[in-house]
Amino acid sequence: MTEFRPLLADTLAALPLPEIWFGLVFFILATFLLLDGFDFGVGALFATRADDGEREQLIASIGPFWDGNEVWLVVFGGALFAAFPRVYAALFSRHYLLMFAILGALILRGLAPELYEQRHDEAWQRWWGRAFVVGSVAAPFLLGLFTANWVLGATRTLTLPGVVVGLAVVALTVVDGVAFLRLKTRGDLRADLRRSGRRAVIAYVGLAVASLGVIYATTPAVRPELTSPLALALVALTVLFAVGYAVALERDRHYLAFAATGGLVYGLVALVAALSFPYVDRATGLTIQEGIVSPLSLQILSVGALVLLPLVFGYFVVLYSAFSGPVDPEESY
Amino acid sequence: MIDPVIASRLQFALTTIVHIIFPVMSMGLAPFLVYFTWREVRGGPPVYEQLRRFWTKVFAVSFVVGTVTGIVLEFEFGTNFAAFSAVAGELFGGPLALEGMMAFMLEATFLGVFVFGRERVSDALYFISSVAVGLGTWLSAVWILVANSWMQTPRGYELVERGGREIVTLTDPAAAYLNPRFPYMFVHMQNAAVLSVALFMAGVAAYYVFRHHVWGYPVEGVSFWETTLKIALIALVITAPLQAVHGDLYARHVYETQPQKFAAMEAVWETDSYVPEYIVAFPTNLGDLTDPQAKELFGIGIPGGASWLASGGDPGATITGLNEYDDAPPVAIVFWSFRIMVALGFWFILLGFWGIYRWWRGELYEDDLLHKALMLSSLLGILAVELGWIVTEVGRQPWVIQDVLRTADGVSPGLTGGEATLTLAGFAVVYLGLLSLYTYVIARIIRAGPPKRAELRTSEAAPATPAEGTADD
Repeated sequence: MTEFRPLLADTLAALPLPEIWFGLVFFILATFLLLDGFDFGVGALFATRADDGEREQLIASIGPFWDGNEVWLVVFGGALFAAFPRVYAALFSRHYLLMFAILGALILRGLAPELYEQRHDEAWQRWWGRAFVVGSVAAPFLLGLFTANWVLGATRTLTLPGVVVGLAVVALTVVDGVAFLRLKTRGDLRADLRRSGRRAVIAYVGLAVASLGVIYATTPAVRPELTSPLALALVALTVLFAVGYAVALERDRHYLAFAATGGLVYGLVALVAALSFPYVDRATGLTIQEGIVSPLSLQILSVGALVLLPLVFGYFVVLYSAFSGPVDPEESY
Repeated sequence: MIDPVIASRLQFALTTIVHIIFPVMSMGLAPFLVYFTWREVRGGPPVYEQLRRFWTKVFAVSFVVGTVTGIVLEFEFGTNFAAFSAVAGELFGGPLALEGMMAFMLEATFLGVFVFGRERVSDALYFISSVAVGLGTWLSAVWILVANSWMQTPRGYELVERGGREIVTLTDPAAAYLNPRFPYMFVHMQNAAVLSVALFMAGVAAYYVFRHHVWGYPVEGVSFWETTLKIALIALVITAPLQAVHGDLYARHVYETQPQKFAAMEAVWETDSYVPEYIVAFPTNLGDLTDPQAKELFGIGIPGGASWLASGGDPGATITGLNEYDDAPPVAIVFWSFRIMVALGFWFILLGFWGIYRWWRGELYEDDLLHKALMLSSLLGILAVELGWIVTEVGRQPWVIQDVLRTADGVSPGLTGGEATLTLAGFAVVYLGLLSLYTYVIARIIRAGPPKRAELRTSEAAPATPAEGTADD
């Protein structure tokens, strides 16, 4: 132990831990967007299905997963708070009302499907069904708005690039929801979803391109980052993944379509991180080096993350393999 | 418009007071569910499958509401208490991040398996899921209480100038995380959660037992409720006395490390020795309620009692009065909350022994007074938890971090009264709705009762013994 601790400290000290944590915070955000993204997408697609049995299937498909998925947002908040406390403080208080709007949307999205299942009378299910849709569309829109405001250094809440990015994120969650539901449903529902997926991925690419245009026009500060080779490569990858998604959808390659969704999500968040770098909060001008916690705290966090995150992935493997394949709407408790 | 500092404090108080109900339910149910699952997978009597399925429904609803209300608290540190987050983030953010990765992930993922996966996974993995969920809820408490107890007895840090402000910097992680208050808080809180759930279970079960045996309206499957009542009474009679024992040690620790809070708990203004303990204190006028002064209260005081309790045996010990400090916490809230919590604690002990005595005499199903007492007490455990936290958090005022940062200095500098008032009003409405819906759903689960014997997966594999099964089906 006496040998081990200095060795560990030396190894950690040699690593660029602040930059690694900058990357990790965005990686956690992306994982949240991918996993809770399909919960949001399922909620949005809920609006397009009128049949009771199909609606039950949609809700049942995310039942065992959504709580675990949403914890990635809690971990995102925790990681940002722990690694960049001054950014957490400045960012969340700057977008005060937006943060509570996000929380409201998440509360609605979380509770509505649980309540929908409680009773089977028409009025009750109509209202909680609507609440489910509203929460599922509002949450990714507001999270997109928040993220755009954050990396672009906006001090106001309602900004043009933020709104366009928010819409793009909504489209992306529908892409995600379709990919997930194609794995979890059968029959007509699954066949119909192909068209929704095709439309959603076209909408996403369109809105993503529009976002880049709007950002270029309105935010001169990030123009160099926007035209950097890395950003252009990520944009090219996004187009590639979108084509891959569309092809996989046509050929019923469900896992491939979901993998392509993963590419789209991580690609988008990587682009977001690239726009922010080297700042971790552009509005206050805090760089990664200025915003990071002291080395001792960061080392403890790093050891914690190194041990715990692989375990967390293990939990998700157990969860997703226990419930692989299409849902049986009858199943509960 | 309400002042942003007041509005932020009220909002945090409201959102925590509502949130804590759900973790208490899930942390308190966890050991019961692990036990029920163990008995079920080991081929125990079918009632354990009923118990597991019934209480898992209550657990799942509580967990979902706990998740959505918990994210609110995490975000509020950034939105409303930005100055606190910037100053103390290094010590406060770390435990929150570790809680998310270590505890919350564990419980939320295995909850999916535990709630929906009985038919999909092996008995072994199913049991492991129940343990993982339970362990997750308790580990969550570890990290949250590490963060909170550090605010009560801060250790292992120094103040370093950074970005034009003195901020807390970690120097000794062991001293900071395992600060002196942590063990007292953890034991007292976890035991309180189990105690609260035992009271809730006993109250619900007593209702059905009363209906069947005393009222004479036959309840289908009443043996389920009889078993629930007995299990709850066992848990109650163990946890209630323990709560008093470590509650006493906890109070002494407060006397030693947060004398100002202790003085507020006892409403001692003048420094004195041989301070009496007012076991029963009656407000004789409105002023006593809003501004209690121990010396002027009409009550039964044990001479030297407070000094004796605080010091662990010396009736002459000195208690520093509130007048010695620049400003005092709102004494009335702290004093009365503490008294009511302690009174409830003794009531729970009495209730536990009363129930066990009736059971031993074979009169458990006939004592209607006991049934009524249990029904009325079903939510009092949660009330006692709320009061305890009010003593802890209000008693530390005006400090948010004891002797380091004042609450008023921890609020977000740019926050306007308009914004803060708007969100406070929003939460008041939303959380009222949330509580109503939660109550409605739990009440529906209780009214529907446990799954019927015929629907059990174990009903064919392990047929009910005559004594347990046939009488009520």
